[in-house]
Amino acid sequence: MSNDIKIRKGLDIKLKGEAEKTISDAPRSKNFAIKPTDFHGVTPKMVVKEGETVKAGDILFFSKYSDKVKFVSPVSGKLAEIRRGAKRKILEVIIEADATDTYKEFGKKNAAAMSPEEVKEFLLESGCWPFIKQRPYDIIANPEDQPKAIFVSALNTAPLTADVEFILQNRLEDFQAGIDALSKLTSGKTHVSVEAGSSAISGVKGVEVHRVSGPHPAGNVGVQIHHVDPINAGERVWVVGPEDVAIIGSLFNTGKMDQTRVVAVAGTAAPKQQYFRVKIGSGMSDLLGEIPVSTRIISGDVLTGNQVSNHGYLGYYDNTVTLIPEGKNFRMFGWMPFIDNHIPSMSKTSLSFLFPNKKYEVDTNLNGEVRALVVTGEMEKVMPIDVYPMQLLKECLAQNIEKMENLGIYEVAPEDFALIDYTNTSKIEAQSIVREALDLMIKEVG
Amino acid sequence: MSFLRKKLDQIKKPFNKGEKWEKFAPAFNAFDTFLFVPDHTTKKGAHIRDAIDLKRTMITVVLALVPALIYGIYNTGYQHFHQLGETFTFMDAFLHGAWKIVPMIVVSYAVGLGIEFIFAIYRGHEVNEGYLVTGLLIPMIMPVDIPLWMVAVSVAFAVLIGKEAFGGTGMNILNPALMARAFAFFAYPTYMSGNKVWVSDASTIDAISGETILGTLAHGKPVEHDMWSMFAGSIPGSIGETSTLWILVGAAILILTGIGSWRIMVSGVIGGAIAGLLFNLWSANGLMAFPWYQHLLVGGFAFGLVFMATDPVSAAQTTKGKWIYGLLIGFFCIVIRVFNPAYPEGVMLAILLMNVFAPTIDHYVISANIKKRKKRLASATVKSA
Repeated sequence: MSNDIKIRKGLDIKLKGEAEKTISDAPRSKNFAIKPTDFHGVTPKMVVKEGETVKAGDILFFSKYSDKVKFVSPVSGKLAEIRRGAKRKILEVIIEADATDTYKEFGKKNAAAMSPEEVKEFLLESGCWPFIKQRPYDIIANPEDQPKAIFVSALNTAPLTADVEFILQNRLEDFQAGIDALSKLTSGKTHVSVEAGSSAISGVKGVEVHRVSGPHPAGNVGVQIHHVDPINAGERVWVVGPEDVAIIGSLFNTGKMDQTRVVAVAGTAAPKQQYFRVKIGSGMSDLLGEIPVSTRIISGDVLTGNQVSNHGYLGYYDNTVTLIPEGKNFRMFGWMPFIDNHIPSMSKTSLSFLFPNKKYEVDTNLNGEVRALVVTGEMEKVMPIDVYPMQLLKECLAQNIEKMENLGIYEVAPEDFALIDYTNTSKIEAQSIVREALDLMIKEVG
Repeated sequence: MSFLRKKLDQIKKPFNKGEKWEKFAPAFNAFDTFLFVPDHTTKKGAHIRDAIDLKRTMITVVLALVPALIYGIYNTGYQHFHQLGETFTFMDAFLHGAWKIVPMIVVSYAVGLGIEFIFAIYRGHEVNEGYLVTGLLIPMIMPVDIPLWMVAVSVAFAVLIGKEAFGGTGMNILNPALMARAFAFFAYPTYMSGNKVWVSDASTIDAISGETILGTLAHGKPVEHDMWSMFAGSIPGSIGETSTLWILVGAAILILTGIGSWRIMVSGVIGGAIAGLLFNLWSANGLMAFPWYQHLLVGGFAFGLVFMATDPVSAAQTTKGKWIYGLLIGFFCIVIRVFNPAYPEGVMLAILLMNVFAPTIDHYVISANIKKRKKRLASATVKSA
């Protein structure tokens, strides 16, 4: 049996502003923040009070409904502020950083010599657990579960995203150590998918390697799971981001929880399009400088990222920061076919289809208005998972749990619907529809 | 441009949220967004969006209809003068046709859009662009001599009962344009069939006999038109349907832009050809013996298949479903032509029939997907047990 995953359905959106392949150390932020909103479904229970000091690796808060899952500080310093929103919901836990970090010592470990329970305990204690997410539902894994497999997608296919191989080039030892630790957590297989033609990461041992080719969303781990070992009702699969595996590995190798990331800053509105070495939770203004309000700052990629303000902070899981111009402008008769061809389209109503390799500068204009669902067949073109996306979305809106199950809700995550957000004629917000449906499933089915 | 924009923003003020005409905002927005794509930016989900929207989709269909419409206008005049034996220029024919057809289009849009605007204001949503296509389709599938008030009543029936009663755009089961035609056909049969309606002024001037090819065949008479006329469209018929040539140009626009489903069109032709071939073998009467390839050229077959069967709302929605749906439309169109003595054309009824069955087709296509998933679950449970 071939281990290759060839994706045919999908769409590569070619954008200008790719990050140049050089890495600099970003200036150290004065303030760092861990945002509980990055952890979907987690209600934080604070452990540290405002004004108290923490070391890098000290626990800040834990999850109210799963108290073993702990969230730790990326840097050492003083807890400056717990910023709350409506209904006193905690939005940001802000730490005023010391000039240099002092780390909490967890002690070096060798995963090979540990039992699965010890590995699990160590990951929970050190604050590495939030890196492990589960499918279905796309939330932080429940430590009590037994996953049938673990998947790591070591390639990004979304537009302007960081090149995983480039990020991990000097961290392959950590990556291997992380994989060794994670494999202990499942009785099934651990799968690592790499870009077809990639060599460095495919050398990783003790896993099943899959070579992935094809357009976005080939890099989405959900798509790969679907092609290798699809999820059935009641099953759990755990997924970990590639650099997160390396962070886990470095914990085992050094005994320190060093939450350093390499982040690609990309997009046409970015002041400098290159890679930066930063800590998780860094301040955007330190990384980017002053950015005008006519620019949208996205922590993540243009399809799935979150908008952050210039004074906001890097998202917990993000390896990419994208800056594109806001599109708050009117276009006269812009709805005519073959007008405004500088805006790409998957349909052939823009001349962009004649230049499949041209890179485009895009903005955040909706390019139309929300309408009833009329056009059929376009969602299927960008959905490489064997589900009927439009029918599934309609059942999600109708909150019909049995039909959602039948149509494959367990096999999808919001990110798999990102291209549908982008391409659909009626400007339906597919990702948030799926997210809400998954939340309903968590509540009703669990 | 910025002057016009400022002016519009000024006029828009009383329609904004909390102002006195807020309720009527959908009506104003329909005109505003016709001039300008609005400055709305993405709020959640993907931060960037494709250039396409429903307006662009619908306008592309309207553009695809234009070649057939222009030829239809010319052909209306051509049939009129040709049958009277008068000499005429292209311009004469075109102007005669325009004089007849433009008022029909105006009435169709005025009545239909009027109702759409009222419902948009009443329901508090924006005006959907679907009627831009429906409103042009309706006159194009009517006989040229139909009185304008009948067009108006048919349009009102189609929009109210065919569309808004089901919840508006995207919710209707039957194609609204065909609903209008079906209504007119059953309410005013003398104006919708026979040999007196298909050519301009045939109902008032005795020298003109406008019988369609299918009508001739149904009466067991020989066909006087050659195949080129059937293809080019210089034959009597509903306004937009006669010219297969210009309909194919429209089909090309729909397929190349990816707006219309080529699967439905292709499978429809296959289905029609199969039925035609079977009847050719049987050959019991004139309609059965009529060569299968000519069946595909005459009547509303091409027009219905390209512009009505491909309506995404009333068609099957799954890819496999579209193949089945198109195939059956083509097949039943010819079957109804041959077996329905009262009415020699079958495409309208074939499409309406399959509109009704489209959800059933999709149901079975999707059931296969669900079964596959359940089977996988069952085998996984066995493995783990």
